[in-house]
Amino acid sequence: MSVLLYAETENGIFKKAAFEVASYAKGVADALGTNVVAVSVNANDASELGKYGVQKVLNISNESLNSFKAKTYTTIITEAAKQENSDVVILSSSANSKYISGLLAGQLKAAIASNVVKLPVSTSPLTVERTAFTNKAFQQTVLNTDIKIISVSSNAYGIIENEVTAEVVDFSVSPADDSIEITNIDKATDKVSIADAEVVVSGGRGLKGPENWNLIEDLADVLGAATACSKPVSDMGWRPHDEHVGQTGKPVASNLYIAIGISGAIQHLAGINASKVKVVINTDPEAPFFKAADYGVVGDAFEVVPELIEKLKAFKASNA
Amino acid sequence: MKILVCISHVPDTTSKINFVENDTQFDTNGVSFIINPNDEFGLTRAMWFKEKQGASVDVINVGDATTEPTLRKCLAIGADNAIRVNATPTDSFFVASQIAEVAKSGNYDLIIAGRESIDYNGGVVQGILAELLGANFVNTCVGLEVEGTTATAIREIDGGKETLKTSLPLVIGGQKGLVEESDLRIPNMRGIMMARKKPLNVVEPTGNETHTTAGSFSKPEPKGSVTLVDASNIDQLVDLLHKEAKVI
Ligand SMILES: Cc1cc2nc3c(=O)[nH]c(=O)nc-3n(C[C@H](O)[C@H](O)[C@H](O)COP(=O)(O)OP(=O)(O)OC[C@H]3O[C@@H](n4cnc5c(N)ncnc54)[C@H](O)[C@@H]3O)c2cc1C
Repeated sequence: MSVLLYAETENGIFKKAAFEVASYAKGVADALGTNVVAVSVNANDASELGKYGVQKVLNISNESLNSFKAKTYTTIITEAAKQENSDVVILSSSANSKYISGLLAGQLKAAIASNVVKLPVSTSPLTVERTAFTNKAFQQTVLNTDIKIISVSSNAYGIIENEVTAEVVDFSVSPADDSIEITNIDKATDKVSIADAEVVVSGGRGLKGPENWNLIEDLADVLGAATACSKPVSDMGWRPHDEHVGQTGKPVASNLYIAIGISGAIQHLAGINASKVKVVINTDPEAPFFKAADYGVVGDAFEVVPELIEKLKAFKASNA
Repeated sequence: MKILVCISHVPDTTSKINFVENDTQFDTNGVSFIINPNDEFGLTRAMWFKEKQGASVDVINVGDATTEPTLRKCLAIGADNAIRVNATPTDSFFVASQIAEVAKSGNYDLIIAGRESIDYNGGVVQGILAELLGANFVNTCVGLEVEGTTATAIREIDGGKETLKTSLPLVIGGQKGLVEESDLRIPNMRGIMMARKKPLNVVEPTGNETHTTAGSFSKPEPKGSVTLVDASNIDQLVDLLHKEAKVI
């Protein structure tokens, strides 16, 4: 028996999601009275996971696995689950983990629940609560197979320290016959991604045109935030598609989401509602976003945002 | 090239979400249903393959008879045949295994599903399907070209994109980017008339294996009201975000 988690790395360093998934796995293992085992690929310091309650890390060191390949990584997790006799496998909601999740469910013939937001509500039978209707509801789901997979929503459970000493074990699997070849990776290395960001600054049609996006970028700069936008903004080509957030775009589950010149249409809100604290800046006090937000400023973005940037800079300087 | 597009029949994005029967069933009262947006992008890309490369396009849904108008809409947009597996789509594994049965007997080269359906947001049918078929698989696919049996796909990753080269048979989980919003088609009168004559085959499910049991629904706690900050007092906003919300 064990709870297995897949701890994602990027350039050898664990992603924040890995620590959250480890914390969650520890919670599940405690409820089941079993151990936490992690599997990772090319982690520089796999023992780091001990901080979150992981007792054992199966780490693969293999240069040829530096770039993520879904089939190969799925096989790695499958083999680890078999070796460790895992009853539950925990994944994050990163793009790569979501890519793996269905393949893994197929390979392990495992029941799977996606977008799980808290520890299981019951362990026998294993029952979890997950979001449905794009954050507009929750649904309880009973997982009925021997091996079960839980995909945890980003930033829902949080990171919880639980220091133990993690034993790091070298692991290897024979590579899957992966007939997908990566020919190009186009990734901004100097920018935080929406998925990993603690803070997201998002602009809507109220900003009038792409030439005004320096407001969004400058604010994001001060906050170390990722930039995002509403759907019409990406449809009109003011911003690239990968910044489109909402029901049909990327989901956002940041600690702070700042919406500027965004009305707060139901499709927009659905996708960003998992964010913890929401701020809206909008000229129209009737904009629906004010009903969803925690803090609001009724005002013109072109005046409020420069002011906010100045005040934040001053705040940073005095707290440095 | 034979293409199969998986169509999820979902509540319109503006629907009120309510539950009935002790919160175990979604309340469909007054709800209009649409083609799942991610699937519609895929279907539109499939039409491009049909028109430019002579592909044939079938659509499939696992569902009861109430999903037929959604399948007819796909036919009106230009799909050649529709298949409905006559069963309640109880869980991701069940849906994937039903589609896999049809896909095997139909010898499809390319199966286009969506990244996720906007009702249950599971996002795993496509991966399970690929695994059941032993086909190649690209998720969060935002671009697809096919040349002979070689496919070039663009996948959205956290913080960017990657280009992948693979071969048919291929399953993708698609989304916006496969085509643009402005490429989506509204069926015209001729399309709607023709759709009435196109085949909509109803097949019975194979087996009934499921892996999960759906339990009751609940709704998030109502949110407290917004704290308004005067536009002339932005210091207060910074202060609140720091001291009260503790996010900066
Ligand atoms: C099937 C479907 C799926 C969809 N999916 C999504 C999705 O995933 N994400 C998404 O975002 N949308 C989605 N939409 C679109 C959604 O319905 C809205 O149309 C969209 O979110 C509106 O974008 P907006 O808020 O930027 O623009 P608008 O609704 O035009 O709002 C602009 C706001 O800016 C304010 N404003 C104007 N000038 C200023 C100023 N100087 N300073 C401050 N505020 C100002 C206005 O008061 C207004 O509230 C979807 C729609 C459909 C039908």
